[in-house]
Amino acid sequence: MGWVRSLFDSRYVGVVGLLVAVLAPFVTATTYSLSVMTSALLFAMLAIGLNIVVGYCGLLDLGYAAFFAIGAYTSGVLATRYGWPLLTTVPVVIVAAVLAGVVIGGPTLRLRSDYLAIVTLGFGEIIRITANNLAITGGPSGIYGIPGIDLFGLDLSGPVGFYYFCVVVVALAAIGAARLGRSRIGRAWRFIREDEDAAEAMGINTYRIKLAAYICGAIWGGIAGVLFGAQLSAISPPSFTFLWSALILMAVVLGGMGSTPGVVVGAVIISVLPEILRGVADYRYFVFGIMLIVLMVFRPEGLWPHRAVERPLRRSRRRQPVEEPPVESGSGGRLP
Amino acid sequence: MQLIWNGIFVGSFYALVALGYSMVYGIIKLLNFAHGDIYMVGAFVGFAVLTGMGGLATSLGFVALLIVLVIAMLVTGAAGLIIERVAYRPLRNSPRLAALITAVGASFALEYGMRLIAGPNPQVYPLRLSGQSVHVLGASVSLDQVALVAIAFALLGGLDTLVMRTSTGRAMRAIALDPKASLLMGINVDRVISRVFFLGSALAGAAGVMAGAYYGKIDFLMGFLIGLKAFTAAVIGGIGNLRGAVLGGLVLGLLESFGTNYLGGQWRDVFAFGFLIAFLVVRPTGILGERVTERV
Repeated sequence: MGWVRSLFDSRYVGVVGLLVAVLAPFVTATTYSLSVMTSALLFAMLAIGLNIVVGYCGLLDLGYAAFFAIGAYTSGVLATRYGWPLLTTVPVVIVAAVLAGVVIGGPTLRLRSDYLAIVTLGFGEIIRITANNLAITGGPSGIYGIPGIDLFGLDLSGPVGFYYFCVVVVALAAIGAARLGRSRIGRAWRFIREDEDAAEAMGINTYRIKLAAYICGAIWGGIAGVLFGAQLSAISPPSFTFLWSALILMAVVLGGMGSTPGVVVGAVIISVLPEILRGVADYRYFVFGIMLIVLMVFRPEGLWPHRAVERPLRRSRRRQPVEEPPVESGSGGRLP
Repeated sequence: MQLIWNGIFVGSFYALVALGYSMVYGIIKLLNFAHGDIYMVGAFVGFAVLTGMGGLATSLGFVALLIVLVIAMLVTGAAGLIIERVAYRPLRNSPRLAALITAVGASFALEYGMRLIAGPNPQVYPLRLSGQSVHVLGASVSLDQVALVAIAFALLGGLDTLVMRTSTGRAMRAIALDPKASLLMGINVDRVISRVFFLGSALAGAAGVMAGAYYGKIDFLMGFLIGLKAFTAAVIGGIGNLRGAVLGGLVLGLLESFGTNYLGGQWRDVFAFGFLIAFLVVRPTGILGERVTERV
């Protein structure tokens, strides 16, 4: 199994993934398959964002769809009511997502981490109900007529153009998240996940680092929301229920918490599987629920676990061939 | 006056559900997300039994409700036992995140499992309580409401006696303080935790039947909101504290009743969660909670 493991750990995984995404439309390019693939990409973007919060930092966010909604609504309102081009709304969306992250994360991250789970759950509902009740968000019927992406005169609102635009954005998001995870702050996140008290004792300001993770997740979610609005050109409150948050969480858990390639694979599975299994649609959420339990009990590290070993520094790489099997992580807390 | 009465009425439901949250949290420090769905299961079991009884239900009236209540409590209690055994016990020593995720999974499985059984559309309860109402101090109070609140408080009182007076109750309190030491003192920790799940789930099931009989309509997602609100109630009262949970339920009911009156019904849920967040900022230990230091 050694070669399989090294295959999965290979640094070319990202390149292969990108190639698959780029070449997929050449295999099948009907409008339907393109829309499925675009949804899968958006889902991957959300999963990557949630992975920063849940996977890296070990904070359970059950209202992730709220940031998605904030992104979609902020850009939707600005684009339809004030006629902004969609891409110019992105900075505003980021500001809005950060603000929401601070408002929710600020008070709750000081407390025990399980409070965060339930507060975010409530927050997800608040955002949906608020969108349902306000006039500016179109109430229950939502916003429609959101324009497509227009990149410096290049019209990307067609299905193919939009798909490739999403490929680029999601690839950037994946690289960004993976690099964040390997950075100084990423190490701090994982330290907090494994043992918060020890991290605090080692001089990490756990509150600020956790808040940083939460805000990063919010930004990723907000940008995914902009893309969502552009894809469907219409958004309404029922798109942002707890079901979404739970499905994104499912993708992260299935793929492997803390592992960026893992969550992308998880997201693709979760979003494409229902399309293949249309006939048994009634069972799928029930199966998802059971799957969450089974995964957590028997394989908490997910399909494609994150390896705890740091990549050796460039100088020492040659000298030391890997002899002992790498320590697995992702299950959290099992480190010696 | 009407507002206060409505608040107490809704609050007693919240209190019943909040108790289960608080008990489970107090004893194994786990947020049981499936708890709200147990309430939903209770409502559906009640529905099934009432439908099975057919015409007998309407002729017996209130007695039928009591029988249904007992059956539903037994079934939901058993459901709680199974969930604990399958989903939570294997993970008792793993990180908290893993247990929280299985809790979400259990909640999901219950909701959509029930959807498979009962269908996605709301069901209408065959037994509808709509007795004549009496005017007390300017509030219109129906006799059934009084009866439901009385049942709720009887259950709450029974639980309080159980926890405070019996040996099982003492064992529960001991485990809440220190599970390892309790194990060393010869307490069968697993069995006591199972009992806690049984009791908490049975109470939630009772609340489910009562809510079904009162509101008359049930659907498979009804547990979601009440689960959130019950948690809010538990936090307001001080999580892990049983009397606090009851107090919190009543306080939340009253707050909602007044908030709805002044802000409008569509903001009711926003108001409740806003209050939860505010409470977590100002006094995270709740009204009756003691300051809990994090043990390393």
